Amino acid sequence: MAIALPVIIVTVVGVFCGVLLSVADKYMAVPVDERVSEVRAMLPGANCGACGFAGCDEYAEKLVNEGVKTNLCTPGGAGTAQNISAFLGAEFEDVAAKTAIVCCAGTIQHTQYVMDYQGPQTCEACNYNYQGRGSCSHGCLGFGDCVIVCQYGAMEIVNGIAKVDKSRCTGCGMCAKVCPNALIKIVPASSEVFVACSSTDRGAFTRKVCSAGCIGCKRCEKACNFDAITITDNLASIDPEKCTNCGECVKVCPTKVIRVDQCQPQINVPDAG
Amino acid sequence: MKQIVIILFSAILVDNFVLSKFLGICPFLGVSKKLDSAIGMSIAVTFVMVLATATTWPVYYYVLVPNHLTYLNTILFILIIAALVQLVEIILKKYVPSLHRSLGVYLPLITTNCAVLGVTLLNIEETYGFLHAIINATGAGLGFMLAMVLFAGVRSKMENAVITKSFDGIPITLIAASIVSLAFMGFSGIIDGIFG
Repeated sequence: MAIALPVIIVTVVGVFCGVLLSVADKYMAVPVDERVSEVRAMLPGANCGACGFAGCDEYAEKLVNEGVKTNLCTPGGAGTAQNISAFLGAEFEDVAAKTAIVCCAGTIQHTQYVMDYQGPQTCEACNYNYQGRGSCSHGCLGFGDCVIVCQYGAMEIVNGIAKVDKSRCTGCGMCAKVCPNALIKIVPASSEVFVACSSTDRGAFTRKVCSAGCIGCKRCEKACNFDAITITDNLASIDPEKCTNCGECVKVCPTKVIRVDQCQPQINVPDAG
Repeated sequence: MKQIVIILFSAILVDNFVLSKFLGICPFLGVSKKLDSAIGMSIAVTFVMVLATATTWPVYYYVLVPNHLTYLNTILFILIIAALVQLVEIILKKYVPSLHRSLGVYLPLITTNCAVLGVTLLNIEETYGFLHAIINATGAGLGFMLAMVLFAGVRSKMENAVITKSFDGIPITLIAASIVSLAFMGFSGIIDGIFG
């Protein structure tokens, strides 16, 4: 009967563990709110983080349990916001449509490559190893990390720099996160005038490396009637809150780096049902 | 006191679980791509190692040894560790949701991790007392963390390197792991040198 004791011991331990687990599962179960999974299903599921939370799951949980605003999901747009508001009985606020802009105008016509770069063909690697292959270290690297990350097919590389197709862009901000030179910015879709440069080098240097760069001459600052333009670190920036898209700055800009991009972004039509 | 320091440091550096004993290679290669997930995984492993040692040591010395059934240790330890990890997950989910959110995804992965089973069995093999066993488990966990963090750094450098097509992916990762492991051989004998 020498076999009896080990069998008993293993059985007892196994049964004890099993009972303990099932008791724990029963008495310490955390009730799962079914509304969370339904709200989750209404979200686009891109997990882009534009709402400011870690992903669609967390946003859905916060919507149900903490009553965060329903209009934070820019990819989903007004339709998603209305659906969720109706489902949760929360107040509906319109989604401020946003879009990405590429703050670089350094196409191959305006600037030059300074090396024949043969390394890994990504912006991140080229920037990490050589600060870019072009003469301007602030400019678009043109390998298209943003193109790869965009889930809506809104980015493309044209003439060596990234270009946003505003009719497809949802303003989720994934491209802005991956750009190693941080030259993609997310702005309200209503703003049409923007500074297509990110260089903070002095004007003389910028002029030498790129014929389309901002040289910090301050003519736009003086021309603006609404105090919307400020020059910091040799670079003009437009405050979209104050800008009225009047175009005075576009007229005076000597390097034509302040541009108008009027293409309207996609209008999110709320679902009829 | 001196004994505790010796156990702790030899577990971290000389007898490093991943790089010297080659236990827990699966999470070492799988979860070391990003630094924050590497740290999350290592904290979870350390936590479970200490808990597993704290439960299996008494079971071995108060249940198995008196009945002369020490050969049952492997199978019983697997059983206990698996149940323990599940229990810990349920408890954390209920009472410490914030910790569950940061460790949660890693806990089920650890259920059958050989490094956890390894540390409990080695504690028995080395005939450590309870306190020394706990210290050894902590050291093993910290050593796991050291290896994970080091390797996450190595891998982030490899992301930006030109790698021949035939070596891209797993092969270059294994080669890098073996070089890091070779580097750790430099620690052998260091404990005798310092404390001996």
